[in-house]
Amino acid sequence: MPALDVQKLRKDFPNLNLKVYGKPLVYLDNAATTFKPQYVVDAISNHYAHGASNVHRGVHFLSEQATKAYEDSRQTVKVFLNAKSTQEIIFTRGTTESINLVAQSFGRTFFKEGDEILISAMEHHSNIVPWQILCQQIGCTLKVAPMNQKGELLYEEFVRLLTPKTRLVAMVYVSNSLGTINPIARVIKEAHSRNIPVLVDGAQAVTHHPVDVQALDCDFFAFSGHKIFGPTGIGVLYGKQQFLESMPPYQGGGDMIASVSFAKTTYNVLPYKFEAGTPAIAEVIGLNAAIKYVQAIGLENMAAYKKELLFYGTNILCSVPGVRLIGTAREKTSILSFVVEGIHPHDLGTIVDEDGVAIRTGHHCTQPVMEFFKVPATARASLAFYNTKEEIDILVKAIYRAKEIFK
Amino acid sequence: MRDELYQQTILEHNRNPRNFRKLEGATHVAEGYNPLCGDHLWVYVKVNPVGTIEDAAFEGSGCAISKASASMMTASLKGKSIAEAKVLFEEFHKLVIGELKPDEHSNHLGKLTVFSGIWQYPARVKCASLSWHTMHGALEKAKTVSTE
Repeated sequence: MPALDVQKLRKDFPNLNLKVYGKPLVYLDNAATTFKPQYVVDAISNHYAHGASNVHRGVHFLSEQATKAYEDSRQTVKVFLNAKSTQEIIFTRGTTESINLVAQSFGRTFFKEGDEILISAMEHHSNIVPWQILCQQIGCTLKVAPMNQKGELLYEEFVRLLTPKTRLVAMVYVSNSLGTINPIARVIKEAHSRNIPVLVDGAQAVTHHPVDVQALDCDFFAFSGHKIFGPTGIGVLYGKQQFLESMPPYQGGGDMIASVSFAKTTYNVLPYKFEAGTPAIAEVIGLNAAIKYVQAIGLENMAAYKKELLFYGTNILCSVPGVRLIGTAREKTSILSFVVEGIHPHDLGTIVDEDGVAIRTGHHCTQPVMEFFKVPATARASLAFYNTKEEIDILVKAIYRAKEIFK
Repeated sequence: MRDELYQQTILEHNRNPRNFRKLEGATHVAEGYNPLCGDHLWVYVKVNPVGTIEDAAFEGSGCAISKASASMMTASLKGKSIAEAKVLFEEFHKLVIGELKPDEHSNHLGKLTVFSGIWQYPARVKCASLSWHTMHGALEKAKTVSTE
């Protein structure tokens, strides 16, 4: 496997040259959002400067070009996830909207009072709240598979919670606040042995390793463009065709119809049935560029390098007196959540920010996880392939400075 | 560069918060919660029959800014009337959003002006104001105050 030339690749990201308070930016908040390579920025601005037109509408030259670019992106996503068909790729606003779509279209149509939806204890709010809303609407129940003190799914407990009433398992592949990689293939197999479909929240997973939805055999898979070096406001819902065919539209409007009269409207075919209104065309084009950028470098190459960073970061953080890692799963991604004795994460965040270090502090949209570990919040350094050991050293130095202030 | 946020006074109040206890016989109590950062506190105020704040205290957990702010607030409330406490609340509120400049506008803030630079840290303004909103809520007889 070729080693990454990180210094060369960093030049692709204009944001990495930023200075904050006169200091070079050290960006360690990649689980919140990743920076965009110039290649992606150019794809978006080229669309607006030279091609902006609506899709699936006009017969004129620009509209045909925009439609082609839009559909090219769907093809790229199809290959990226190894879906069977582009009809299974729905463009949404992001992971959150993808999950809401499944809850409201699939869940609301096919689940009934007393049915159960099973999630895990480490879900992001976006894979909790849509199900709670559904539960309130139709009277089903949300069940939660617990985790251990390392932040690993308690697999036997998960299996025990699969009952004849379980209608869906909705689980995060990679935890955004702990870094845990869940044994998702095993989870899917277990659920399928009881004919229970599985939705995978893949927001953090897509930058970690290649995803093959056919090999996983998941029924739904959701991710966001902005976590994989693409634009915000664009995401994907993959769904198996037979499920998507059976589901009613999520939103009504233009593009999702075949014909409309005041008496009766017939819906468009997949995937357009689920894409009401003018879509985020520039963002879809930007997502295409982002995925191509990632594919050119290779997710495996990125993963191998990030594993090194994680190992380095884990060791050096643990060597700082008073630092406790939150999330120490055996299988984890390059996410380092931690607390420092005697310093509230928000104070730490503000102090390291003065040294140019951007980390996330708070509950990371996973309040139940914070409650489980009995911390109000954590500090989180989440590493991308463009981060370096030197940057981790700057973070550690900044933590020592905070300790000095708070001693 | 922004003003230094972690001034000695703030660090000292964080280390040794004043009136950090449950106040028996409190006439006004409210719970304050900032779900965004997890800061969570209770503010107790004891007002005597002639309307003077005899004692004030707080309990809970939060960052250094919220703790120091609550500590200094409880210290400054003692001996004030409810009307004076409300004036102080208004002034502090204006201070932390940068609308009141202690050098230019007359005020009753005293030591509390140590928070005058916090408007330059927009993400931290709510840390400083949580205890104040909670105190105000207590005086208004609200039970729970949330700054989200």
